[in-house]
Amino acid sequence: MDVASAKLIGAGLAAIGVGAAAAGVGFVFGSFLQSAIRNPAAADGQQGRLYIGFAAAELLGLMAFVVAMLILFAF
Amino acid sequence: MAATGKIDPMHQFVIEPIAGSFQGGNPFVFTNSALWTLIVLATIWLFMFGGMKRELIPGRWQVAVEGLIGFVDDMVNVSIGPDGKRYLPWVFTAFIFLLFANLMGNMPFGVVAAAHPFTVTSQFTFTGVMSLITFAIVLGVGFWKHGLHFFSLFVPKDAPLIFKFAIAPIELLSFLVRPFSLGLRPFIAMFAGHVLLDVFGNFVVQALNSHSAGGIGISILCFFFIVFVSMIELLVAAIQAYVFAILTSLYISEAVHLH
Repeated sequence: MDVASAKLIGAGLAAIGVGAAAAGVGFVFGSFLQSAIRNPAAADGQQGRLYIGFAAAELLGLMAFVVAMLILFAF
Repeated sequence: MAATGKIDPMHQFVIEPIAGSFQGGNPFVFTNSALWTLIVLATIWLFMFGGMKRELIPGRWQVAVEGLIGFVDDMVNVSIGPDGKRYLPWVFTAFIFLLFANLMGNMPFGVVAAAHPFTVTSQFTFTGVMSLITFAIVLGVGFWKHGLHFFSLFVPKDAPLIFKFAIAPIELLSFLVRPFSLGLRPFIAMFAGHVLLDVFGNFVVQALNSHSAGGIGISILCFFFIVFVSMIELLVAAIQAYVFAILTSLYISEAVHLH
């Protein structure tokens, strides 16, 4: 296998991580919504924590994107 | 890479000199990044001073500015506490700058004639320096207030002794990664969105030029995808500014209170 095609395959594999982060972000918002519907009065106070959890989950997906971009353009 | 023409999504992030040149290691170059930073700052100035009139019955503009300040003020007060007001200037500066830079970077080509809108925050140097400022504030406040007690931040309070030894290096590592991850987040979010827009913008043109049966259909599909992604980008621009501000105030709160 030559390097160019190995690069493309590697970038594609790195993109799987973005999908995993999508599951994480979905879980964050899903569980927030679940508990927010149970107790709507307390939901507004937890918005900050919601976005912190969202940011933490999202960052790992962005890392995967960075890896894919590094493989594609930096090597 | 498509056969009909190479898509170059990285070209939009190239920093080009407007006045002066990079020849001979010259560090004083007026680049497109500097120009758009100044434009963003000018817009923030106009926005802020348009609303800082202190009228008894506020107009719409004043309500907008006061609402924005009140929003960040609430966030700082909730996460840091009553003495959070001292840290409001930096948190608000970071928030409003990221917000305006992200939103203005999303302007399409041609709003300003012949000037490609340059997203200032799509460069890690920019957001990285902002997160370094946050980190410097955290370290400065922590050591100023608590002296060497600041290191107890890394040790969980009510844990068994074995756990303390196990967790302290992990806490230290996660503390050291913070300035990196804090700056990386807004940068990557802007970067990824613009790459996506660029790639699909090329698809629209390439599908039209392919002269095949499904070309127009694919082109229209890609066009609607661009509209959708642009709306997501507006949301992401605001969310990233908000996340940067709330994480900044959270980190400062940890330095102020130590847990």
